[in-house]
Amino acid sequence: MDSDLSPQDKKDLDKFIKFFALKTVQVIVQARLGEKVCTRSLSSPTGSDWFNLAIKDIPEVTHEAKKALSGQLPGIGRSMCVEISLKTSEGDSMELETWCLEMNEKCDKDIKVSYTVYNRLSLLLKSLLAITRVTPAYKLSRKQGHDYVILYRIYFGEVQLTGLGEGFQTVRVGVVGTPIGTITLSCAYRTNLAFMSTRQFERTAPIMGIIIDHFVERPFGNMGHMHPCNYRAPGEDEGAYNGVEDSQEVCTTSFSTSPPSQMGIPGKEGGVPQQVPVQPCHGAQAEHGRVSSCPPADHVPATPSSSGEDAETSSRSVEVKSVSPCDVLETTFTRKVGAFVNKPGTQVTTASLDLPFAAFAPRAYDLEENDPMVQPPESPATSSPLQGSLHSQGSGESGGPAQDDFVMVDFKPAFSKDDLLPMDLGTFYREFQNPPQLASLTIDVSSQSMAEDLDSLPEKLAVYEKNIDEFDAFVDTLQ
Amino acid sequence: MAPPLYLLVSPYIQPATVGKQITMNCRSEVLEVSVEGRQVDEAMLALLHTILLHRSTGKFHYKKEGTYSIGTVGTQDIDCDFIDFSFVRVSSDELDRVIRKTVGEFKDAMGNGTDGMGQISLEFYQKKKSRWPFSDECIPWEVWSIKVNVVNLANEQERQICREKVGEKLGEKVINIVEVINQHEYLPKMPTQSEVDNVFDTSLKDVQPYLYKITFQITDTLGTSVSTTMRRLIKDTLAL
Repeated sequence: MDSDLSPQDKKDLDKFIKFFALKTVQVIVQARLGEKVCTRSLSSPTGSDWFNLAIKDIPEVTHEAKKALSGQLPGIGRSMCVEISLKTSEGDSMELETWCLEMNEKCDKDIKVSYTVYNRLSLLLKSLLAITRVTPAYKLSRKQGHDYVILYRIYFGEVQLTGLGEGFQTVRVGVVGTPIGTITLSCAYRTNLAFMSTRQFERTAPIMGIIIDHFVERPFGNMGHMHPCNYRAPGEDEGAYNGVEDSQEVCTTSFSTSPPSQMGIPGKEGGVPQQVPVQPCHGAQAEHGRVSSCPPADHVPATPSSSGEDAETSSRSVEVKSVSPCDVLETTFTRKVGAFVNKPGTQVTTASLDLPFAAFAPRAYDLEENDPMVQPPESPATSSPLQGSLHSQGSGESGGPAQDDFVMVDFKPAFSKDDLLPMDLGTFYREFQNPPQLASLTIDVSSQSMAEDLDSLPEKLAVYEKNIDEFDAFVDTLQ
Repeated sequence: MAPPLYLLVSPYIQPATVGKQITMNCRSEVLEVSVEGRQVDEAMLALLHTILLHRSTGKFHYKKEGTYSIGTVGTQDIDCDFIDFSFVRVSSDELDRVIRKTVGEFKDAMGNGTDGMGQISLEFYQKKKSRWPFSDECIPWEVWSIKVNVVNLANEQERQICREKVGEKLGEKVINIVEVINQHEYLPKMPTQSEVDNVFDTSLKDVQPYLYKITFQITDTLGTSVSTTMRRLIKDTLAL
């Protein structure tokens, strides 16, 4: 088989396959980082952009991929797989998808290695870029952060799809025929996203890299989409060159349009040899079923776990804060006894009542005494019809004993700052709840005004009679 | 130290046979989507950019001795606002502007607030130089037709469902596009320097898509698209 291939072509082909495998891993892992990827087009090639595509090389990922390959190349019976899984903050994990780079025995002897194969591999990488955004794991990875993280594992050898659950789907990214076999790239992804039992957690399959915290410290609440596309990891520019280890690894940058020395069938370069569709072989022959597993502990960097914990603790602290305002607000309401009452009878916290908008219920009059704006002159029991109706039941008990037990706590409405204006939100809120009584509704005031009104009536009548012409003119304008 | 790599490619010759081959190989793919009015732009951009990603290369730089080097194509992720979907496009603002402009015109032609159907066609072609007095021929080798059915939804709940459903549908279309492209059927030969403008659009600074044109037609309920097609055919033939 290989005898038809010139040594130079064989060498080139091996190089292409090797770098294709490395770039495939980079594309897949970067697509699951949770961030948008953005690279620039360059009109002049730099010599390190394999397949004429700007795909950054994350050094750790390249390192892991090379380790998994251990000097071998994907070949017949030796598939390279990238497994993407999800791990929750509680420790449950679930495999989401497995990307397989395989080779089968269908050879295409006539294909030009350094031109057609190279360009088709480039096309396949573009397809991979497109397809990685389409599988369900992409959306999950964009939302990772607080509740779960996305992990990847690279292994070499036999494809393992058992962890994907029942009914997993397969999508084929593409195939490229070469003189030594046909390269196929496919993805098997889970469709059943219900969580597996905790026995899954006891699996010893090692998870290598935590993608989320590879490069950027993630403050709480800063989800993936807020990170810039072009992250500046240290040594980023050198990172792109790390994939090119020595001068022999320089990628193809120069192409020729001069007539070929060995002609295939004229027009063959443009036309395409017959491509027989190849089925992705899951469970390919695995005589050398070598699954390289890496110890998990060494590869989990210190920073991810600490930042993960920080995220968790800060989230907990936020939760505490959001609960406190409700607990703080209390009033002596005797209308209903709530579920969390610890003092029988009179005192009930508003938070435990299941009245809607209980927080807006009028507060106890004890609070009003402390409130500088509101000074009800009379006894607090029935100073307004509104409050009277709310205290209709058991109102006798509401006033007295509660005053002794009542604890004044400062009302801190959410999101308010109390160090700026004297008239802050809290004060405004209190005033709004305790407006001064309408003058006309107080009985004694009205009774007073009655007498006054009667006395002032003759004077008023005299004034009106004097201005009668004005009033008549006004009435005319209305008609 | 490996010697630099040279590719041997036959030059672009024999237009007659190539022309026949091209017309025989012109393949046509049809994609259909149903979207809500405000999703039209993004859905079209997603599909057109996905196709163009696969049909663009880096800029060619021709050197002496008939060799050329190819620039690097960058990519970027784009999130849709009205669809639960993200897609990858070539990093070229120029190209994006051109596509957006055309999609905007299509959207305007579709009208607002009414249900309708339309079709955007992305056609990749090669120019074949003809002798005077005939003008250059444009020979398509791949045509993608995206049929759009616009629906109007009544309430927010339906719109939310539509966001997700259209996202899934677009995902399926991307998979369809990738399947077709990976069948590796006819692609124009790599041209010599003098012929490059017959195969590629060299007007952009950073990337080089194959020569393409985007046309669209709106179908109203009476199906008058037939007449627009006929008119266009006649115009093209006369190359006016």
